[in-house]
Amino acid sequence: MKGISVAKSKNETALLKESRYGPLYYLRRDWQLYTLLILPLVLVLVFKYTPLAGLVLAFKDYKIAKGFWGSEWVGMEIFQELFAKPDFARAVRNTLLLNVLDLLFSFTVPIFLALLLHEVKNVLFKRVNQTMLYLPHFLSWVIIGAMAYQLLGEGNGMINNLLVTLGAERIPFLQQDTNWLISYLAIGIWQSMGWGTIIYLAAMSSINPEMYEAATVDGASRWRKMWNITLPSIRPTIVTLLIMSLGGVMGGSFERIYALLNRATTEFTTTIPVLVYRWGIEGGDISRATALGLFQALIGLVLVLTADRIAKKMGEDGLL
Amino acid sequence: MKAVSNAPVGSKKRFDIWGFVIHAALVVVSLICFLPYLHIVAKSFSEDAYVIANKVYLLPQGFNIEAYTKIFADASILRSLYVSVIVTVLFTILGMVVTICAAYPLSRRQLKGRSTLTFIFLFTMYFSGGIIPEYMLINNLNMLDTIWSLILPLSFSAFNLLIMKTTFTHSVPISLEESARIDGAGHFRILWSIVLPLSKPILATLSLFYAVGRWNAYQDALFYIKHNVDLRPLQLKLYYLIVQASESFQLEATQVTLSNPEVMKAAVVVFATLPIICIYPFVQKYFVQGTMLGAVKE
Repeated sequence: MKGISVAKSKNETALLKESRYGPLYYLRRDWQLYTLLILPLVLVLVFKYTPLAGLVLAFKDYKIAKGFWGSEWVGMEIFQELFAKPDFARAVRNTLLLNVLDLLFSFTVPIFLALLLHEVKNVLFKRVNQTMLYLPHFLSWVIIGAMAYQLLGEGNGMINNLLVTLGAERIPFLQQDTNWLISYLAIGIWQSMGWGTIIYLAAMSSINPEMYEAATVDGASRWRKMWNITLPSIRPTIVTLLIMSLGGVMGGSFERIYALLNRATTEFTTTIPVLVYRWGIEGGDISRATALGLFQALIGLVLVLTADRIAKKMGEDGLL
Repeated sequence: MKAVSNAPVGSKKRFDIWGFVIHAALVVVSLICFLPYLHIVAKSFSEDAYVIANKVYLLPQGFNIEAYTKIFADASILRSLYVSVIVTVLFTILGMVVTICAAYPLSRRQLKGRSTLTFIFLFTMYFSGGIIPEYMLINNLNMLDTIWSLILPLSFSAFNLLIMKTTFTHSVPISLEESARIDGAGHFRILWSIVLPLSKPILATLSLFYAVGRWNAYQDALFYIKHNVDLRPLQLKLYYLIVQASESFQLEATQVTLSNPEVMKAAVVVFATLPIICIYPFVQKYFVQGTMLGAVKE
């Protein structure tokens, strides 16, 4: 899954008896290939690798007047200050809380949905449903945020209007902390559930139909076939996707949370990316924001590597 | 499976109750995905009075297009649309050129240093400098408040490179390439006349990934376009207009406040999603294929 297959090239190039020639030979022979690589390499080095050097700001007391080079080295002082901040603990808690809950729901719903879609034999019915299910994936978070307030707003949201018509009370879906958390998760499920089925449906389409036929002859019910044929067939896909998502519990989308937060609900909305933005770009505290971002990136890297290890131990394809 | 629903000839067809439940459940879930958008469309075509009275659900009440005429009269929204179009087009072209230029050499087995180069490109998927170092870089390059800050940094995508590299490795028969080589064709020639024409579906898919991704993103614009209001892409404009306004209930542009903000907001949402909604049903299959390719190794 999403892997990098670099190792296997070795045997094939051996055929070219590379060892006899120096690097200049290859540069001359394949100069066109190396020329093509110049533009992407420059872009990657400038925009992906140069920022890595900027990470040293986490160990310096950055002052605009003194600049990048002139600012003083302070060792781990920034990190010590950072770990002592109450906002830091809150941001870590929120990041983990939102992502773990998200994983719990946004990960499982597509599996159920894919199982249901797999039962549909009518191609047209399936396609019309899929077109509707995939739609939210194509809307930006700004649009989804705007729609959320139009539908879930307390005073004039459509859902609340409907509740009132049905004789119920209005619910502050987005204006109260716990409700906000539930709405955040529900919107996440809504946005990703249809799109999430694609990989499972692809795995299901490669199941041998004879297995179903044999089970039918043996008198297996629909649910029995689902449980004993379909689910075991997509198990490797589920495991690999789960492990990949586990690597992301320290990440999370800035755009999603930033489009949904509001002033009334601050309890769960301060996540690490939001705090980095507020401290660094809005507040100008570059060093502390860099340190927080570095902290997040390192934990994220460790999680990805661990997930990769687990995947390989379990006999699945790794990520790296 | 078929044997169950199509009962043997002669016996009466049994009503498949669970089959019905599954189909019904799917219809409900699909509608949940689709109806919110329909509601926004209905609102955007409704008369203020009905919206204020909370009477609009899925169909427009008191049909009118006043909100849309106001959008087309608002220079700042049109300006943002223009910025978004320019940025999306340039970004997609550059992104595709960069991806092709990297994917083709990395898919050639004879390339010396291939594994090192591949690692350099793909490492960026797992570790990055993060928001602040990237912001400092854009600042040092004097690209804050320019459209280049929205085009250059994200034009390389490791994920898209992986998809294209995989396709290039497998889609072109080696025999075809070898015979071209014997005929004296160089790599440029092979890439241009053989590999690219044979990879048209994936080129379409990745162009769409780049274009839709760029059209929908607002994070980098929020960070980098602070002072030059004229360069706000549509999504960022929307963010200031609608999402942030939901805190203060005050619209940004003064000429827009004439109408009921709710109708205006709905109309702006429809306006900004229209390009995507229009092409989406036709390009859906490319997206599905691309997503599957991105997930499958080899």
